Amino acid sequence: MELILGRADSARPSRQRPESPPLLHAVGITKMFGAFKANDGIDLAIRPGEIHALLGENGAGKSTLVKILYGVLQPTEGRILWKGQPVGVPNPSAARRLGVGMVFQHFSLFEALTVVENIALALSDRKSRSALAREIEKISLEYGLPLNPSSVVADLSVGERQRVEIVRCLLQNPELIIMDEPTSVLTPQEADDLFVTLDRLTARGCAVLYISHRLEEVKRICHHATILRHGKVVSECDPQKETAAKLATMMVGAEVRRLSSDLPPPQNTRTRLSVRDLSLPQPHPFAVALNNITLEVKAGEVMGIAGIAGNGQDELFDALSGERTCGTAALVSIDGKSCGNIGVTARRRLGAAFVPEERLGHGAVPRMRLSDNVLLTRHATGDHLLRGGVLDPDAARQLADRVSRSFDVRKGTPDPEAGSLSGGNLQKFVVGREIDRQPGVLVVSQPTWGVDAGAAAIIRQALIDLARSGSAILVISQDLDEVLEIADHVAVISKGHLSPSRPTSGLTREEIGLLMGGMGEPLAADRGAVHAG
Amino acid sequence: MRVELVRRGERSAAMAYLSPLLALLLTLIGGALIVIVWRLSTVDLSNPETGGFFGALQQGFVDYGRFLYVFFIEPLTELWSLEELVAKATPIILVAIGLSLCYLSNTWNIGAEGQIAVGAITGSILPIFFPDWHGPLMLPAMLVLGILGGMAYAAIPALLKIRFGTNEILTSLMLVYVAQLFLDYLARGPWRNPEGHNFPDSRPFDDGQLLPTLFGTNIRISLTFVFIAAFAAWFLMRWTKMGFQIKVLGQAPRAGAFAGFSQNRMVLLTFLISGALAGLAGICEVAGPIGQLRTSVSPGYGFTAIIVAFLGRLNPIGAIFAGFLLALSYLGGEGAQVALGMSDQTTRVFQGMLLFFVLACDSLIFYRLQIVRNPAMQTGTVSS
Repeated sequence: MELILGRADSARPSRQRPESPPLLHAVGITKMFGAFKANDGIDLAIRPGEIHALLGENGAGKSTLVKILYGVLQPTEGRILWKGQPVGVPNPSAARRLGVGMVFQHFSLFEALTVVENIALALSDRKSRSALAREIEKISLEYGLPLNPSSVVADLSVGERQRVEIVRCLLQNPELIIMDEPTSVLTPQEADDLFVTLDRLTARGCAVLYISHRLEEVKRICHHATILRHGKVVSECDPQKETAAKLATMMVGAEVRRLSSDLPPPQNTRTRLSVRDLSLPQPHPFAVALNNITLEVKAGEVMGIAGIAGNGQDELFDALSGERTCGTAALVSIDGKSCGNIGVTARRRLGAAFVPEERLGHGAVPRMRLSDNVLLTRHATGDHLLRGGVLDPDAARQLADRVSRSFDVRKGTPDPEAGSLSGGNLQKFVVGREIDRQPGVLVVSQPTWGVDAGAAAIIRQALIDLARSGSAILVISQDLDEVLEIADHVAVISKGHLSPSRPTSGLTREEIGLLMGGMGEPLAADRGAVHAG
Repeated sequence: MRVELVRRGERSAAMAYLSPLLALLLTLIGGALIVIVWRLSTVDLSNPETGGFFGALQQGFVDYGRFLYVFFIEPLTELWSLEELVAKATPIILVAIGLSLCYLSNTWNIGAEGQIAVGAITGSILPIFFPDWHGPLMLPAMLVLGILGGMAYAAIPALLKIRFGTNEILTSLMLVYVAQLFLDYLARGPWRNPEGHNFPDSRPFDDGQLLPTLFGTNIRISLTFVFIAAFAAWFLMRWTKMGFQIKVLGQAPRAGAFAGFSQNRMVLLTFLISGALAGLAGICEVAGPIGQLRTSVSPGYGFTAIIVAFLGRLNPIGAIFAGFLLALSYLGGEGAQVALGMSDQTTRVFQGMLLFFVLACDSLIFYRLQIVRNPAMQTGTVSS
């Protein structure tokens, strides 16, 4: 670990934050979603010519803030000053007129069209295709963004597509460019090229708001960092003067709450869920490939998988649930039975249950009643919801009622549509629907995402209780507090690699934070080798 | 100030039933505009004998009154036109029932018109090649072949979608023209009646090859197929796991996959069901009202059925009511042509407006209209 930090430190040129009045100053930005404060009195000052990092975990409020700056959302309170003048940013085109450009994490390009056609579509003023092509070539030369205006987007690599987005942004002469996780889809070489471009931009006085959780990167290129946590600014610092460990601690916070369990995790029990050396290629360009994932969950324990969103959690969940099967049966086994090549229904019949991250549209059908949503995961698990091939709506309603009662699902009508429940109530229902089966293995992703504290406590307690009754629970969560609170063992997923699991009791937040920030990837591979040997 | 669509918490059950009625009302208003504008365009406004602009306007309203009577009432006043109404409604409803299942599963079979043609072709193989066979199995065999033909033809866009990810809307629509041209070729070429004085028709089918009529009227037994199919489809959707799968995959494909249902299987299944019913409708046309294979066996029933499916709330029972309304538009269009001298495209215009308004009004099931006063907002300019 030290060695890696050392190498990153020595390769870094020194950077100085420019001394000038702020280009953009957000003052006291607060954004409420219902009763939930996504942003809470945030102050942010971006100076011309600086690369300003916005650091924070998922759910810290980064995207909300950026959407407000770019005019996608309106703040509940607070104001935005542009060059010292108060401005309103009612929509993205107003932001572009001010001089704010944005490069999104997911690109919006038509694959069948050429680079110049894609860019022409986004520009409001019409100019000839050849004039535009010349302009694109000029900009791409100026900023080190090699790009052929006549190539078709479908033939471009991900890095090249990002260049198209950046050039499209630059054509509008922005003074501030917002970049949302720009390197998350890039190879290390492509990322290096991007950093050169960013340097050229700032040399011309353009400011960059750089959103990332990758600490090494932030330390390498950013002049200044603002760190968000739970919707508030917790710190501002010069990332080059801080260690990656310090940044990680600021990002994930320091307070620890522990949920007490009456029983300690049982020792030396049998393995109920195991994954051996599972690798799967990425299903589409924005997905993450899984690399040699190995994990084991024993009866009676809760295993937590921490990590920052988009590092392979969804792909891992799909591989475990059987929504995506792998060719070899032996890669995944449930209660000792190999099941890598069979689908989700067959895995449920083996005694496993699954709760996906997305409640609406994945875990439940929004426009269907709760009694129908019960059928969704329990139509083939021997719950007698079908009699002689004919549906039994009464049985389904009774089951829905039982789940609602034991998990305190608050609902307006006896059998409402799933989409009309609040997030917390629907989550209690979706988790309760599976726990009601007393599954031997439960894989649950983001069990308390966007859920109020009361519902979160009920769900976490239910997970621990289920584990202590002899089931194996795997919790995939981006909420580090949650993982530390309920898990007996923790592993960290980063770019599709899973670190070896460690007992929660011996772990510090700093260690996990570093692993989450990608600092442990090469080490994780070494450790895996040591463990294997 | 502007009007905004605001999402409702739950779907409005009342709006689900009111929407088609509202659409019908809006279609009648739109129809009035068309008839009045048409009247204004046919009159010399500068001629004082016709009463100038207001005279023409008045005449337009009178015409619209007559139009409404001819279009909606007159076809219901006589037995022969009622029989005709049933004859037209039968294939439309049969096809619409299949399409309802398709659309509920979010699969878009737009090619029923072609599947009708292929059902007519394959169903006609036996009477054309074995004209002297009149046994009791002849008619059932013809129906089965018609159904299989429609299924096989519908399987093409389904398999293309499953294997290559092609857009089934495009492939199924394009295959309509392939089927129609093939039918045209058969009727003019190899299957033409050798004793038919060079008319482009097959030999006329005989008694044992035609669907029997009911109760001494001209209404054929195919009407019972409509009720059987509607009941079967209703039962499937309401009471079986298959129906549940169709609904889940149609509304939330990701949740369907999570439930362990296969999207690909459902694409094939719904295409096969809708193709089977379209094929049945096709053979029932040639072995019924038409009585022989012709260069064209359907005046667009396969497309009209799309409107019927939506107007009937994608519900098999609803499709029966909607089917009769749209069948009326065929008869009414003919009446308007005869009585008012309007274009023969009147039916198409009426059907098009109806579909447009149904789809527009359906947004009110999930959204409600709200008038919003826009706060004065600076649009990106610096203000002090």
